[in-house]
Amino acid sequence: MTTFLQLLVAGIALGCIYALVALGFTIIYRASQVINFAQGAFLLLGAYLVSWFALDRHYPFGIAVLLALAITVGIAVLFQTVVLRFTVGQPIFTVVMITIGLNIVLRGVVPGLFGDTQRSIGDPWGSTQLSLGSVVIGWAKVWTIVVTLLILAGFFAFDRYSRYGLAMRATAIDEEAAMAVGVPTRRVYALAWGLAGAVATIGGFFLAAFPNSLDPTIDSIALLAFPAIILGGLGSPLGAVVGGLIIGLVEVMTSGYQPNYAAWLGQGFSTVAPYIVMILVLLVRPYGLFGTRPVERV
Amino acid sequence: MSESGRVIEASGLSLAFGAVTAFADVDFHVDEGELFAVIGPNGAGKTSLFNVLSRVYRPTGGTVTYRGANLLGYRRTQLPSLGIARTFQNLGLFHNMSVLDNVLVGRHHLMRTGSILGGLYVGFAAREEREHRRAAMEVLDFVGIARWAQHPVQVLPYGVQKRVELARALAMEPRVLLLDEPVAGMSSTERAEITQLVRRIHHERGLTIVLVEHDMGMVMQVAERVMVLDFGRVICIGTPAVVQHDAGVIRAYLGEADDATEAAS
Repeated sequence: MTTFLQLLVAGIALGCIYALVALGFTIIYRASQVINFAQGAFLLLGAYLVSWFALDRHYPFGIAVLLALAITVGIAVLFQTVVLRFTVGQPIFTVVMITIGLNIVLRGVVPGLFGDTQRSIGDPWGSTQLSLGSVVIGWAKVWTIVVTLLILAGFFAFDRYSRYGLAMRATAIDEEAAMAVGVPTRRVYALAWGLAGAVATIGGFFLAAFPNSLDPTIDSIALLAFPAIILGGLGSPLGAVVGGLIIGLVEVMTSGYQPNYAAWLGQGFSTVAPYIVMILVLLVRPYGLFGTRPVERV
Repeated sequence: MSESGRVIEASGLSLAFGAVTAFADVDFHVDEGELFAVIGPNGAGKTSLFNVLSRVYRPTGGTVTYRGANLLGYRRTQLPSLGIARTFQNLGLFHNMSVLDNVLVGRHHLMRTGSILGGLYVGFAAREEREHRRAAMEVLDFVGIARWAQHPVQVLPYGVQKRVELARALAMEPRVLLLDEPVAGMSSTERAEITQLVRRIHHERGLTIVLVEHDMGMVMQVAERVMVLDFGRVICIGTPAVVQHDAGVIRAYLGEADDATEAAS
């Protein structure tokens, strides 16, 4: 039972990080049908900036996070307003290729600026732990879960009630009509990219917190978040969150139980398991758990 | 310029796509409070002209002013703040959103709360939110669909969806309404209802309306002045009575007499 609870908390914590990364993909996809292949690079950049401000510049951790957020959001917004504005009317494929280009640039620049050796994120929790009876949880995981839940609550309130949330949903559904009713669509796209940069940064430093560390391959989490997005349904923020939690739990539970109970599946099976779950879900619901079937007029 | 009462004034307006001319040398004006209709056979250039007025297409020649200011100097997302609202020929509604949310999006330019604080549903933001919901419900009531407010828009019949679009345009608190073929593709019952609604909007709300329409019957019932386009040229501007008896208009709609004899021989 203790093992199970231990794995449950670890799975939720990992799932929260997947949820944040998946949400970043989903916000941009929903606004513009573009899969942003630089999402992992935003995460990499955000995490390194947090580490650099906290450890090299000796800022308090909270300030380091705010500075990293400001810079990552700024770069994401600039990329949208300076580069992508020239792609209006171009096929979506063109935009997707440009995001791959941005990914390559950022993945080269980040180790160039901050070095490519393993480093710590500089978080204040370290290896401290919270004991609840026989269950022991790292404080980093507690913070991951609490902060993620707060961010998700804030995002859904924003999406549902604020005028820009409404404008974002409207632009996603029909850009032409949104412009006609006076929605400043350029600002909406900039907002979507800014939000994606912000959730990437937060996901990034929690991912690199104890017992993990920061190195230039951390952006591969973006690929692992992919089954979460597909599973939840592309373009559905709620789907991204539920998908992220499922994938996190499946991965951690598999790594906890499979070596003892199904060793014949081999080592490292836990990294494959999320994809198997994704395929099983897609067999039953081809558009994902919360995805909507495109409406076709006959 | 508004003291002269000219809301929209176009002169020498032309639009060409490469070698294809959509319309050329179009001159007209729309007065304050007027219901001005643009009609013409298919392909006459009506929709192209509408798209110029709604800032979707940039004309290749001529000028068009809105209350004396150059209309082409504004982006299309700025038109609502100037007091210009439009509807779409094939509906431009936001699927998967409720009727009420569709109408609320139209009030985006009237909302004050910033993008970040707008998410925090407290104090000033909450009061403003209530105010906008009340205004949205008022227009839904005016067009007679308040009871559908919470329904997802895509499940409603076409006629109701058209009313949602009109309600959204009214919620924008415009002074000018641009209507692109509002009764296209409708049954005769729906057509009569929407015609009646357009007349009510014009009379009870005192709006200036520019109506682009294919359906002669509707235009003759509601318009105060009519401009007839044929092959991208203005062939007549006048009251419905004048237009109906204009030889050029009859020719454009029914064909030339000698065309008919040629076809017969």
